[in-house]
Amino acid sequence: MNNYTVTRTSTASKAALVIGILLLIGLAAAPWWAGRADMRLMSEIYLYLSLACLWNLMAGYAGLVSVGQQAFVGLGGYLLFALTIFGGFHPVFAILLGGLIAAAVSVPVATLIFRLKGAYFAIGTWVVAEVFRLFFAQMQSLGGGSGTSLPVAIVKELGAKKAIREANSYWLALGATAMVLLAVYLFLRSRRGLALTAIRDSETAASGLGIDIWRTKLAVYVVTSAFTAIIGGMIFLQKLRISPDAAFSINDWTAFVIFIVVIGGIGTIEGPIIGTLLFFALREVLADFGTIYLMVLGLVAIVVMLKAPKGVWGLIKDRYDLELFPLSYRVRDTNKK
Amino acid sequence: MSDPILDLQNLNAYYGDFQALYGVDLTLQPNEVVAVIGANGAGKSTLMKSITGMISNDPGAVRFHGDSIGALRADQIAAKGIALVPEGRQLFPSLSVEENLLIGGKVGRSGAWNLSKVYDLFPVLRERRSQSSTSLSGGQQQMVAIGRALMANPELILFDEISLGLAPVVIKQIYSALPDIVGEGMSALIVEQDISKALSVSSRVFCMMEGRIALESKTSEVTHDQITAAYFGVEA
Amino acid sequence: MEWISAIVQGILLGGLYALFAAGLSLIFGVMRLVNIAHGDLIIFAAYMALSTTMLLGVHPFVAVLIVVPLMAGLGYLLQRGLLNHTLGSDILPPLLVTFGLSVIIQNALLEVFTADPRKLNGGPIETASIDLVGVGIGWLPLLTFAIAVGIIAGLQYIFYRTELGRSFRAVSDNQDIAQLMGLNKAHIFGLAMAMALAVVAVAGILLGMRTSFDPAIGGGRLIFGFEAVIIGGLGNIWGTLAGGVILGVAQTIGAKFDPGYQILSGHIAFLLVLAVRPNGLFPRVEH
Repeated sequence: MNNYTVTRTSTASKAALVIGILLLIGLAAAPWWAGRADMRLMSEIYLYLSLACLWNLMAGYAGLVSVGQQAFVGLGGYLLFALTIFGGFHPVFAILLGGLIAAAVSVPVATLIFRLKGAYFAIGTWVVAEVFRLFFAQMQSLGGGSGTSLPVAIVKELGAKKAIREANSYWLALGATAMVLLAVYLFLRSRRGLALTAIRDSETAASGLGIDIWRTKLAVYVVTSAFTAIIGGMIFLQKLRISPDAAFSINDWTAFVIFIVVIGGIGTIEGPIIGTLLFFALREVLADFGTIYLMVLGLVAIVVMLKAPKGVWGLIKDRYDLELFPLSYRVRDTNKK
Repeated sequence: MSDPILDLQNLNAYYGDFQALYGVDLTLQPNEVVAVIGANGAGKSTLMKSITGMISNDPGAVRFHGDSIGALRADQIAAKGIALVPEGRQLFPSLSVEENLLIGGKVGRSGAWNLSKVYDLFPVLRERRSQSSTSLSGGQQQMVAIGRALMANPELILFDEISLGLAPVVIKQIYSALPDIVGEGMSALIVEQDISKALSVSSRVFCMMEGRIALESKTSEVTHDQITAAYFGVEA
Repeated sequence: MEWISAIVQGILLGGLYALFAAGLSLIFGVMRLVNIAHGDLIIFAAYMALSTTMLLGVHPFVAVLIVVPLMAGLGYLLQRGLLNHTLGSDILPPLLVTFGLSVIIQNALLEVFTADPRKLNGGPIETASIDLVGVGIGWLPLLTFAIAVGIIAGLQYIFYRTELGRSFRAVSDNQDIAQLMGLNKAHIFGLAMAMALAVVAVAGILLGMRTSFDPAIGGGRLIFGFEAVIIGGLGNIWGTLAGGVILGVAQTIGAKFDPGYQILSGHIAFLLVLAVRPNGLFPRVEH
């Protein structure tokens, strides 16, 4: 008699879990084995990975393709500066508070731009980012069009000595990224997440099953915006300086993120991880070439979209039936060992 | 027996991994009217799509005047002289009645059919020539769809379930016009759910079931029992 | 009086925005494609005109005779070579491919022409003005508006009174059935993009004569065109003209308060329309 169980885990995902935990411990110890420049690079990688993961949640799972993520990156950055400088809050608290404020802001924004569909929605998100940019460019108290630096007193709240500040900054980035990955993974495993995948696969069928599409998409938009703002706060805490053009740069916060997700594999959790690694590898090789580097990125994104729309991870996943973050259900014969 | 105008040999068709047609053989002689009947899902639509080029098949599986057209695009096949009256009419909503007819003639083949002749066949359309095609009744829309196909001056005209969704009196009206349509030296293939109507105008009938031809017979010789067996797959 | 002048300037500016929008509208109407690189193609056309005027020593209006056919040909090749392969039920491929295209065009222009602002030299027409209703109106803005109206009327004519327009509408309605009627949709889409880029070429040249341009401003032009389309209402090309005018007026009035508010005022007007009339002011088609 055959006994079948339905399970989510596989050998690969169990192995990945063990490796992941070991990796996390190793990376957390970086202040002891890595140099300052390396730690900064790793922080940058973590933060980009978070942004990619969040953009992927919205676009790859909820079908909300945004080219305006920079709105919330910049908002998070400016809120960090505003809340610490004018509110006297501790930087970490300011970053978290910024996330909450961003969540609140994203609700009226969503009610407006959700009236647009498809590619028009995308451009709508871009307009919102432009509105934010122009708004903050008018704020003379935060440096207007040229921006401002984070006062030394506030910087020192992260740690009296430079080495401590560097370590704290690094751990913040690592911790935030681990939390984002975990949160996204748990969300997708949950019933809400299943609803999301259903919506992505077929909106009409999903709504026929009683899934409230608008509210689910709104929830994703709000949560993604909030976390993006938190990451934005961390980014500018690292940079110590903010300006409207840097905060709301479509190149830095959207173009690169989109390329990461597309090349890595949209609609999967593993995709953004691979994409980020590939992106930074490519950057190391080509960064000296400025415009050519960007053109190559654009070209690669086009080719991947046409020839391998599921990205690098999609190719691996299809070939080897691999899943490192267990999301789909498998039927396993318990009699077979 | 002259060369067939349409020759399907071992035609297979797939939608992804799903096979919809299994080795279909069918020939059509010039000036012949042939009926294809079968239950829903039997493969009649897929057959039409294969002939008209809406899905791609092995080049040699579909031959028109001996030419292999199985892998050609739909617009290329239209240029060769095959026209379709699609299931559900599928008129262009942004176009008026007359514009729908004119689009039918885009293929640019010369022949007996033109705008004026189509209006002679279906006078009610002349009155409504500037109206939006979707504002017409079901029967009138079917006339537009037929007229649109005729404007291409095809040698082979395919009718895909033209009685679907129409009132019986309208169906009768349309079928009574069929001899005028096909009488001009055209060949026709009629896919129908209304078996009696299909048999009334055709000389041969094919019955499909689960992607295969289950019965081929002259209309004059086929029996009710034979059709039931082929249609439903059960012994009557 | 100054307010009247601002409104008139805004109306004329709207003509230019309507030109930006017309190409977008056309492409969306025929093939449901939104080209993120649209604004960059406008700037590309401006640079093409710049090169033409420099190489041949001719006036920008003469350059039109070369740039328009070139851009049209480019549009046909772009559509058949690249964009046709992105069309389908998934919105992601066309969006991401045109986004990639946008990045490539911007950086290619940057590489060849550097980031220095450039301008097309239109000669005396740039500063010549005429006095109407007590307001000084520049000849160039007036001409731009007239050209915009003319082009929109022309597009309208083509769409509704010619065989080509009939083909466009049929393919837009039902691609598969249109193919059965002998219309090769790959070719029809190519023609539509050719027409759109011809309009883009005119828009680029008029823009280049009016203000200075650099490789980075394409995105802003796309946004203006997009806002004009949404304000005016999808599916209505005359509505797009109205949308452009409303956007232009919102911008010039905002600029009256403070020059720094010009673009922001336009965005706010757009968001307002989106809030109260999500389908635009004169819609013909649902989003």
